[in-house]
Amino acid sequence: MIVNRIWRWIGSRTLAFLQEIGTLSILFVRILKSSRYAFRDRRILIHQMLEIGVNSLPLVTIISIFTGAVASWQASYQFKAFIGDSMTEDLLGSSVSAAILIELAPVLAGIVIAGRVGASIAAELGTMRVTEQIDALETLAIDPVRYLATPRFTAGWTMVPILVIYASLVAHLGAFVVAHLLLDVSTDTFFRSVQRGFLGYNVFSGLVKAFVFGGGTALIGCSIGFRTSSGAEGVGKATIKAFVFSSAFILIADYVLAMILF
Amino acid sequence: MIEIIDVHKSFDGKKVLEGVNLSIEDGETIVIIGRSGCGKTVLLKSIIGLIRPDSGSIIVDGQDITKIETAALFEMRKQFGMLFQGAALFDSMTVDENIGLSLREHMRLNLDEIQERIREKLEVVGLPGIEKKKPAELSGGMKKRVGLARALIMDPKYVLFDEPTTGLDPVMADAIDLLICETNRRLHITSIVVTHDMASTFKIADRIAMLSDGHIVFDGTPDEARKSRVELLRQFVDGRSDLS
Repeated sequence: MIVNRIWRWIGSRTLAFLQEIGTLSILFVRILKSSRYAFRDRRILIHQMLEIGVNSLPLVTIISIFTGAVASWQASYQFKAFIGDSMTEDLLGSSVSAAILIELAPVLAGIVIAGRVGASIAAELGTMRVTEQIDALETLAIDPVRYLATPRFTAGWTMVPILVIYASLVAHLGAFVVAHLLLDVSTDTFFRSVQRGFLGYNVFSGLVKAFVFGGGTALIGCSIGFRTSSGAEGVGKATIKAFVFSSAFILIADYVLAMILF
Repeated sequence: MIEIIDVHKSFDGKKVLEGVNLSIEDGETIVIIGRSGCGKTVLLKSIIGLIRPDSGSIIVDGQDITKIETAALFEMRKQFGMLFQGAALFDSMTVDENIGLSLREHMRLNLDEIQERIREKLEVVGLPGIEKKKPAELSGGMKKRVGLARALIMDPKYVLFDEPTTGLDPVMADAIDLLICETNRRLHITSIVVTHDMASTFKIADRIAMLSDGHIVFDGTPDEARKSRVELLRQFVDGRSDLS
């Protein structure tokens, strides 16, 4: 009896998951089909770029500077335990830089976007759905996917890579400040180390991740927002769902992309 | 002309429309009445293709909108305007942006021409000079009138009204009724009104259809409705429940 229930639960969850993937795929194709209009609706696109990109800067700055700082401190602590003080100074800049470019900047910026942007897209579109504003758009012969989802998706995949470049620079600054002021690593030693370990491919892989995370988060937010029902309670649930799904997507996609790229 | 033929619609196994048949002639104002939750709004949204029926046909000017492609459906919608129960104004836009959106999307007009047409429609609904206000700054009645201006901006052939007087005080409800009659007379549009407000119904209707248990149980003129012996309609006309 209990085994049956467990199987039924697994079955229904699997079906729901596949349905979710199907819905996302259909929306993705519809967005791609209408993407030729993305630049026709320049005003909406610029508004979304400001919302997703520029308005995320304060949060990205705070998270990046402290992420770089803690990465520098932890790397130094671990290196000192295994390879001694002199080697630590040589390796600190390059190791922290690689970690920032490959993992820390894209994933943390992605999580910020999931919380700030994915959830807000779901809340905004969800409110429009329950107050019949999306129906109203359709009655005006305007495709809601083209008018609402395409600019958000385009802003997502264009702005998150820019945010990641910015986050990487700020995180390097945080790492340097800690290395220089608290760990007595000279400016020259730190940046020589960064330069020695720098690989263009690390930047490329970070940008590929940012591109996927930005587009994916906007897509999930739009999909959940469009399917919101049940008034204010539904909007609340949609907001939480968008954050949870986007965060899970970023962590899973990060793993998959790491397998593909390295 | 709109013909609704044997339309069925269910939600999660609950049957809402069970074979609705109705014809709507050009230029008339038909009021669809029925108790709350009987499927009036579902029928209205089916007419404009927001809800796809499970079976049956909705033929608008010879084209079955239940079977056409999405692009053709959007093209067809240019002939329609719709006033929603809560007005459904875009809250991120000003009044003129709300009203002018479909002009900017579908017509090659310059800004001055768009503003002129917006001013003209705001005059029609009796709200001149509020172009730059946001929906949050408007009363319920004003929102409905702006919603009506938005519905009329493309000079549609058909206008659908979903509970146009619900939630309004009697004076504002009367103003909306007069506005519907006036716009019909001036613009010669076909109006389909869904309501359960009988005072409003008798003021604006050329024809009344009653929806109950998924069917049209009465279809006739306001005079025929007043004289009808259909018990459900009598209850509606007299404002009497089963309990009294």
